[in-house]
Amino acid sequence: MGLAQRAVSALTYNQMVVGIEAPQGSKVADRIENADVDLLFHALADSTRRDIIARTIEREQSVSSLAEHYAMSFAAVQKHVAVLQRASLVTKEKRGREQIVYGNPSTLRVASHLIKAYEDLWNQRALRMAQILSADDHPKEATKEQTDK
Amino acid sequence: MTVVSIDKDTTALTLTFVAEFDATVERVWQLWEDPRQLERWWGPPNYPATFEQHEFVTGGTSKYYMTTPEGEKPRGWWTITVIEAPHRFEFDDGFADDNGDPDPAIEPGHAVVTLESIDGGTRMTTTSYFTSEEQFNRVLAMGMEEGMRDAMGQIDELLLEPVAR
Repeated sequence: MGLAQRAVSALTYNQMVVGIEAPQGSKVADRIENADVDLLFHALADSTRRDIIARTIEREQSVSSLAEHYAMSFAAVQKHVAVLQRASLVTKEKRGREQIVYGNPSTLRVASHLIKAYEDLWNQRALRMAQILSADDHPKEATKEQTDK
Repeated sequence: MTVVSIDKDTTALTLTFVAEFDATVERVWQLWEDPRQLERWWGPPNYPATFEQHEFVTGGTSKYYMTTPEGEKPRGWWTITVIEAPHRFEFDDGFADDNGDPDPAIEPGHAVVTLESIDGGTRMTTTSYFTSEEQFNRVLAMGMEEGMRDAMGQIDELLLEPVAR
């Protein structure tokens, strides 16, 4: 699958441990494949864009009313909206002369899944560390250890 | 074991993980220092890590591989850049080719680990530094896959085992 391949070929850091293969048919995997991960996090990596998401999830609004909140040109705000749109974080609709923007909470949930899963990587490591430490109190399980305590 | 916090800073491109253990700083340090103990927790049970070399000294190099369920052996390396036993160390961490030599095509990551003595135990803080937004995103994407494996029941197995509280 695309994500795993891409991640394996380009990943650095220690996450080689998780880089091999994702189980097929997972609901999460399907959702992630549909959303482009790079676009998603690129879109989220900007505070103005995060603010736009927050406002448009709360209630839909026009690009011009959004633009009133920021010390930047209408065109600049429009650009931010376009980045969010490409990442499926917001949807933009033309209504008459206005462009109405509303947020897509489901895409935001995909992002939070990704972050949660990274946390799980370290959670799992910490759990395994704790298991080894707890074996210190159970000598029969600790025989594998080669350190002198 | 208590997970205290996990912080993601998309501006600084860091991920910080904090956990507390009911063991001394020296004991938790051994989990990193001793390659036989390190390989018992670094990789998930179905992707075990084998450290062929682990020079846990400043400037030292580690070479390791994972074994996949399909029998493939992707390789990685660390270079320890700072060691202040038993409280702090830093390392670069990257992919290696089949000979175990660093793969220059892939930029390494950097991590800082600190162990602090707290009442009755140790607080471990792991901060991962990423050099680009792209790298950061990919790591987040990778973590997602680990998360899915957990969902497949591995976590339940771990939770059934006695774990220090």
